[in-house]
This record gives sequence, structure tokens and C-alpha cells, in this order.
Amino acid sequence: MKLNFLLIALFFWSFEASHAQDKGNLLIRNGTILTVTKGTLEGSDLLITNGKIAKIGKNLTAPTGYQTIDASGRYVMPGIIDAHSHIAVDAVNEATSPVTAEVQIRDVLNPLDISIYRALAGGTTISHAMHGSANAIGGQCQTIKHRYGVKLPEALVMEGAPRTIKFALGENPTRVHGRGSGVNPSTRMGVEYVIRDAFERGKRYMNEWEAYKKNQIGPPPAYNLRSEVIADILKGNILIHAHSYRADEILMLMQVLKDYGVKKVTFQHANEAFKVAPELAAFGATASVFADWWAYKMEVYYSTAYNASILTKNGVRTSINSDSADFIRHLNLEAAKTQKYGGMSDDEALAMITINPAAQLGIEQRTGSIEVGKDADIAIFNVHPLSIYAINQMTIVDGVVRFDREADPDDMRLSVRPDGPVEAAELSTESHDRCMQGVDWLMEESATTLGAKIFHQHKY
Amino acid sequence: MLKFFISALALIWIGFQPNPDPKAIALTNARLVTVTNGVIENATLLIRDGKIAALGKAVVIPSGATIIDCAGKSVYPGMIDGGSQLGLLEVNSLPETVDHDELGNITPQMQALTAVNPNSELIPVTRVNGVLVSLAVPTGGMFPGTAALIRLHGYTPEQMYAGFKGVAMNFPNTGRMGGFDRRTDEEITKTAQKALEDLNQLWQQAQEYHRIQTAFASGNHPKAPEYVPEMAALQPVIKGEWPLLIEVNTAKDIEAALTWIKARNVKAVLTGVREGWRVADKIATAGVSVIAGSVFSFPTRASDRYDRGYANPALMHKAGVKVALRSEANENARNLPFFAGYAAAYGLGKDQALKAVTIIPAEILGVSDRLGSLETGKEATLFIANGDPFEPKTQISHLFIAGRTIKIESRQTRLYEEFLNRNPGFDK
Repeated sequence: MKLNFLLIALFFWSFEASHAQDKGNLLIRNGTILTVTKGTLEGSDLLITNGKIAKIGKNLTAPTGYQTIDASGRYVMPGIIDAHSHIAVDAVNEATSPVTAEVQIRDVLNPLDISIYRALAGGTTISHAMHGSANAIGGQCQTIKHRYGVKLPEALVMEGAPRTIKFALGENPTRVHGRGSGVNPSTRMGVEYVIRDAFERGKRYMNEWEAYKKNQIGPPPAYNLRSEVIADILKGNILIHAHSYRADEILMLMQVLKDYGVKKVTFQHANEAFKVAPELAAFGATASVFADWWAYKMEVYYSTAYNASILTKNGVRTSINSDSADFIRHLNLEAAKTQKYGGMSDDEALAMITINPAAQLGIEQRTGSIEVGKDADIAIFNVHPLSIYAINQMTIVDGVVRFDREADPDDMRLSVRPDGPVEAAELSTESHDRCMQGVDWLMEESATTLGAKIFHQHKY
Repeated sequence: MLKFFISALALIWIGFQPNPDPKAIALTNARLVTVTNGVIENATLLIRDGKIAALGKAVVIPSGATIIDCAGKSVYPGMIDGGSQLGLLEVNSLPETVDHDELGNITPQMQALTAVNPNSELIPVTRVNGVLVSLAVPTGGMFPGTAALIRLHGYTPEQMYAGFKGVAMNFPNTGRMGGFDRRTDEEITKTAQKALEDLNQLWQQAQEYHRIQTAFASGNHPKAPEYVPEMAALQPVIKGEWPLLIEVNTAKDIEAALTWIKARNVKAVLTGVREGWRVADKIATAGVSVIAGSVFSFPTRASDRYDRGYANPALMHKAGVKVALRSEANENARNLPFFAGYAAAYGLGKDQALKAVTIIPAEILGVSDRLGSLETGKEATLFIANGDPFEPKTQISHLFIAGRTIKIESRQTRLYEEFLNRNPGFDK
């Protein structure tokens, strides 16, 4: 009896596990291929074998068993990559300490989140599921693939993607910890101190362990997960993604990183990055910004929608992110705004939602452009994706069609009780920025008055 | 050189021009997208005294007029945003700078126009994208206040005022307000029921107030009504002079609102209307116009198709509802053209989407004699662009609000100029 149950469980587990590894075989025919890195190819085909781009060319033939997709008159682009998102997660902030490097988004992934499907419908195939911005060092994030349809959380994980961690500077950590709980930091000085303190402890921890491993003298140092993670940052094994807005705090973090020999950092939001573009370029830092979001709080008041263009023209690799279950649905429009604000070329604009975020997540060897050997993550639009009239028709992840506008049924939920009532209408108008979700005491005020408020509230 | 050329050009005209007018502005060789009378290619539009003095292929240009050659460019009427809090707030997280949400549940006497800050940095940011008129709507309780239509230029609120006021109302809502709304279904229903009872009672009182006032005015009642500012503020709606702007979103609530409107014979406009597509036929039959909420709203139910928000205006329009759009976006009301573009792509079509941000809101708000299209005699509130204004690539080169030339400039463009190549810079 017990054995039977185990066998059944094993069967389903293996089914799910294989599902996660789904790799498709496809021939996409006669499309305009926007490779992003190697120009635009008219009337070309894309052969996808076992989830990878096998061939790009004209008049390719599909081996037997391959599905063929006619892309005549359509635009084939790399799947859109969002370097800052909070979809598909059940928790965002562990706001109990200004440093919580030990916690992991990987532990709270939710593959049933309808937002994954909506993002996929907009052509977004990969997102960086991040911690919030309550803590100066918030926790480890997870790069996920939008394999909507899988039911195991682990099946969302992009295998082999580098580890990343969220840092947060400025108003949010000082509000939560300093003004909220009466501990450091309550100022930008405090934020610097908290990060330096964590780095110094991590460095000493690392040195103690190295000495112990070398000499094997005495008892081993006490194990500390938080310091383990910090040590990995110092070794360069974890990419830093730092929530930041003001130019001064961006400079501060670069100085701290310089002092500890850490080289890779992406400044997230970074509304004032344009003010220190030469310094960012000199450091080799990158920026992941909003196309035009501003003025929802003081530290984004002195913003400009030309941020991405100024950064790009000053040699800073820049991506456009969503930080939003809404914006992740139309990042192609967000990228197109860089053409309005600063006259970016088509390839420059498209790079901001493909190869540039891929580089920031350390996955540019595998994704972010249409090149032979890369993962077959593809979006197919009816017209050029930088046009306002572009509608994504089909989204492919690892060669598997995960969204098809024509075949899309009305109800795409993965978990529905057939005998349950029709769900109530929800009028949530996007929390544009979920960076502060889970910091309950901060939310209470807005919750009580929310009933009367229909319009957007950008509290964070 | 250019000036010389313009003067020379003007000289040629002098023989034909009895009335020289140095203040007139002529947009020549333009593609005029009139909205109400089609597109006129290679035409002239003459701006004089703040108005469109003439337009078409045979316009006589007065001598001395400033000529703007619009070859390869199009002229559009300024876009009208059917609702946001633009002008009433500066930095959303700082209560000191937020003036759209007064205390109290019944406060129709709160005047949005009073709180409009003509010097808000948000205003130039919005208008350089062609959004030139905007409805400033108070938020809060059941009757948050009186909304006002404003032009996005002026040094006083009165100068900005574009001729429409309406009382905003939040219809009792049975929808859940998102993840932070932790009320049970029962609590939500009860709250909405109670709110509806309160509303009905209040409306009776407002009607009673009106009867007393009318009777007093005609000498049939000895006393004027007592001082009740809330009641006084509702009178233009009770009298049918102003429409009531009813914010309502779920299908069930929309139906309830239509019934409520009919029973009281209220002149009303529905706003928000996120689930309008579910009951579009009923809205059409009732003949009530709609200012649709953000096109980028999420579908209201997880079981809905992903594109219901994008398609909502189109689905209502196809059922016969008169639909205008609003941005709801405050600091990013500048995105109205992109919202319109999405509505166009998802079924509304380009022409209808353009109407939904120009002539239709003008009609709904009763200002179509002045705004919303390029027609002789209307206000010269318009812009010149090098293409389709909904396309992000398109650049706007000139703006006019009530005939005044407005610079294509905001703090955001100034920051661009200063920081593109930091100037004055440092060597190291």
C-alpha cells in the first residue's frame, strides 16, 4: 500500500521533473529576425533543436517531427528579459534585519502565479525574481524562466544562472529599520555603515575559515550562513543588484565595492544614475532602470526619462526593467520609450530588454539574442516590437510554445477548483513597485483607506 | 537669414493682405488631422487670437504672420486626459505635496481647481507629449470633491481652467481592492450595502434641499435652506447642470449604478468601468458615456484573458458605448498617447483611439465647442509632430495651448541637456 503510494508519487514527480526539462523542436519560417546582436534578417528561418537555436538561414527544412511556425510578415525577436521583477514569488521582504543575505527567493517561488502567463503574453521569457528593498542587504534572488504550465516551483529556475543578491540603498531601508524599528540605518550614512560592517564581518569569517582549512588548528570557526553568503559576494561568486535612486548613494556603493575588490554590480532603478554616468562607466557598473517612472517619492523627483539614453551614450550598459506585474507585460513599449527620449536606435532599444539584462544577470552567453547555440527563447510580434501597435503572437521558452495568442483559451489558470465559485472581481491597480511588499506595518495605512481609492498609488 | 526669408515671403503676400497681423501664426504645408473632418494634406492652419482662425488648402496668410513650415509633419488637436490627479500632487509619497484627497466621506464642496498648482514640475513633463488638457479629479470618500478640466499651461488655476466642472462620486464598490484588502466577502458586501443606503439618503436630502431652495426663490417658502455646504455643492448635479462623474468598476456595480442613475434621472458619466466589457450592451442601452480607466489595468479576474484591460475600450465601443480614455497616471499622464495606442491595437482602431483622447472627452465634458478637434473657431490647443503621436518614436516639435507657443521643454529635457555630456564638467 505504502509502496504503491510511493510509486505513484514517484511517477508524478518524474513527470513533473521531465516537464521542467521540456525542450522543443521547431522551425520558425520566413520571419523578419531581429537578432539584436547580429542585425536584422529578412525572410529568414530559425531551426530550433532540443530547445536551442540550431540554425539561422533561408529555406531551412524541418526534420520530421518538428512543428513548423509560419512567421511570414512577422517579427521574431529574442525573448524579453526583465532584470527586476517580483512576479512568481510568495514573499518579497524579510524585513527583520538590515542584513538578511541568507534568505533566498528560490524558497518562495510560485509557478501558479497568473502574472507569469500575463508576462509571457507580452513576450517576456525570463525574469529576475528579486527580494524587496526593505534591507540594505536583502537576500538572494533567482533568475527564472517563464515555463508557465509547470507546477513545481523548482521547474521555474533557470538552471546554471549565476547567483544574484539584492542590496537596497536610500529611503526604503532607512524608513523600515531606522525610522521603523530604531536600528541602523536611519540615514544614508547608516546604509554605508551597515554594508561595510557586513562586508568586514564576512571578510573576517572568510579569512578565519581559510586559515582553519589551511592549518587545521583548533576548533573550526562557528558556521554562519549570513557570513557565508557575504564571503561569496566578496569572492565575486554572487552578482550584486542594488536598489538605488540617488547619485550620491550610487557613488557610495561603488566606493565600498572598490575597497573590498568587488567588481560586478548592477544599479537597479538608479533614477539618478545619469548624473554619474562617467563614474559608472569607469567602474564598469551597469544600470537597470525604468523607462519613465518618477516622482512617486522624493528620491525619484529629480529624474529624467532620458536616463537610459544618457547612460547608453556614456558607455554604461543599461537595461529597462519592470519591477511590476503590469510593466513586465509590455517591456517592448518601455524599451521603445528610449527612442522618444534620447533617440536610441532599434538595436539599442531592443538590447535594453534582451542582451543587456542578460549580461546583468550573467546569462548573456545563453540568452538575450538570436544566435546559434543560444536557448530558444523567442517572441513573435505582428509588427515591429518597438511600435505601439505591436501585439505579441507567440512566446517560446526553450523551444516550447508557452503562449500562442490564437490558441489561447479564455481561462489560463493552472489551479482551479471546478466546484469553486467564480472569483470576485479584484480592482488592484498595480502596486507599481513591490519592493516594499511584506513590510506590513507600512502597508496598514494604505489598506484602511484603499477602499475609496481607485487610482494608482505609488507609495514606494 | 531665416528671418529675412520669412519677411520676404510675407512681402509677397502683402498685396493680397488687407489686415497685417504680426501675432498670427501660420502652420503651412501641414497634414492636418482634424479628427472631426478627416485629414487634409498639404494645408495651412492659421492661429490668431488664441483660436484656429482658418484651416484648409486655401487659407490666406496675413502679412507679418509667423510661418512654421510643417512639411512632412502633422498637426493634431491637443490630447485630453479624461482623469488623473495631475496638478493636485507633486511627490506621491509626501503628504505635504498631495492635495487630491481631503478628509471626510461626503465632501463635494472640495474644489480641485483650488488645489491645482500651475507651477508643478509634472505639468511641462506631461504637455511636451501632446497631452494638453486634463481633468483633475479629487479622490477619497463617496463624494471626494468637484473635478475641474484644466489646460496644461497658465500662471493661475483660473487661467488654466478649461470650462468644465463635475462632481466626482465613488459608487459603492463590491470589488476587492487588491492583495492588501483583507476584508471578507461578507464585509465587502455589507460595506457596499451600507454605502448605498447612505448614498440614497443623501441624494434624497440633496433633492429636498433643492425643493426648499426653489420654493424659497419663488416666494413659496419663508426660509432659505440651512447652510449645508455639501448640499449646496451637489445642486448643479441635482439641477442637471453638471454631470456626476461616477467611478464604478465591477460588472455588478456598473449595473447597479445604471439602475441608480435611471431611477433618479441623473446626468452622469461612468468613470473607470474596468469590467465595462462584461456589461457593454447594458451601458450602451442606458446611453451613458464612459471615461475608461487605464488601458494597462490588470484583468479584474485571474480567469480573464490577459488582454481584457487593453481591449476594454474597444469592446465597449463596439457595443455602442461612447468611450473616452483617461491616464490615471498623474506624474506619468504623459503616457496617455501610449494607452490610446494600446487601445487602438487591441480593437479600437487608430481613428477611434484618437477620438477617444480628443473629441470624445471634449463632448462628454461639454467643451467640444472649444476643444477636441481642428476646426475654425476652436481654441488653438494643438501640436505638431513628425508622425503618429501614439508611436513612441514620434517627436513633437511645436505646441500651442490656447494659441500660446509653449516651449518643448521640461525639467526632464533640461536634465538631459545638462548631463548627456556633463557640462560644465570636470577633467577627473
